[in-house]
Amino acid sequence: MSDKDDNKMTIIATKGTFDWAFPPFIIASTGVAMDKEVTIFFTFYGLNLLLKDTSKLRVSPLGNPGMPMKMPFGPKWLQKIDFGPRIPNILWSIPGTEALVTWLMKKTMAKHGVAKLEDLRDMCQEFDVKFIACEMTVELFGFNKEDFIDGVEFAGAASYFDEAATGDHHLYM
Amino acid sequence: MADETLDASGLNCPLPILKTKKALSKMSAGQILEVISTDAGSVKDIEAFCNQTGNKLISNVEDGGKFVFTIEKV
Repeated sequence: MSDKDDNKMTIIATKGTFDWAFPPFIIASTGVAMDKEVTIFFTFYGLNLLLKDTSKLRVSPLGNPGMPMKMPFGPKWLQKIDFGPRIPNILWSIPGTEALVTWLMKKTMAKHGVAKLEDLRDMCQEFDVKFIACEMTVELFGFNKEDFIDGVEFAGAASYFDEAATGDHHLYM
Repeated sequence: MADETLDASGLNCPLPILKTKKALSKMSAGQILEVISTDAGSVKDIEAFCNQTGNKLISNVEDGGKFVFTIEKV
């Protein structure tokens, strides 16, 4: 274990959809596993990632042309088809499609042995990743602090700078 | 002969690394951990992990779709 100051790493997590919930927790947990000291600053929609109940997090195919869409089950030929570019965007505005696509993404992840969101987050906490929730956006969006998991600090942008004052590895997600 | 064995088969990035870290943290210096993984990405990743953490990658063998890593804890 190194205790060098330049071993610090920070991540600013700004996105609150199911898909974008993964990168901050994957990079943070791996960083700590590789002896970095990691802080994640959650702001704006990123605050969703700290909720006790993450079941409301969704991935939206609407206006998301980069998202490959393949079936996680069925015959092999079917699983190979990327429906992403084939389905007109307008269909994704039908109620329920977001929930359906989120469910399919969870199935695909489970099939590929990808960790569950809560498990990755738990592992981050177990490895002492520091979670800071942006106080201003907590109030702005009317979140209740009780809705967040334990072990979250509430602070502002200046605290982020304090965390990021040392180290040379700072990411915005 | 390994002191501990970690079977990370079926798990995907970053779980093999996280589980390796956890397993090593319970061991003492000089002990040998054997990690079994089916994630092809872990070949480069375990190497990078050892590079950064100073643990010694003694061997790395592929055996019918399974990757077996032998790591000595520093």
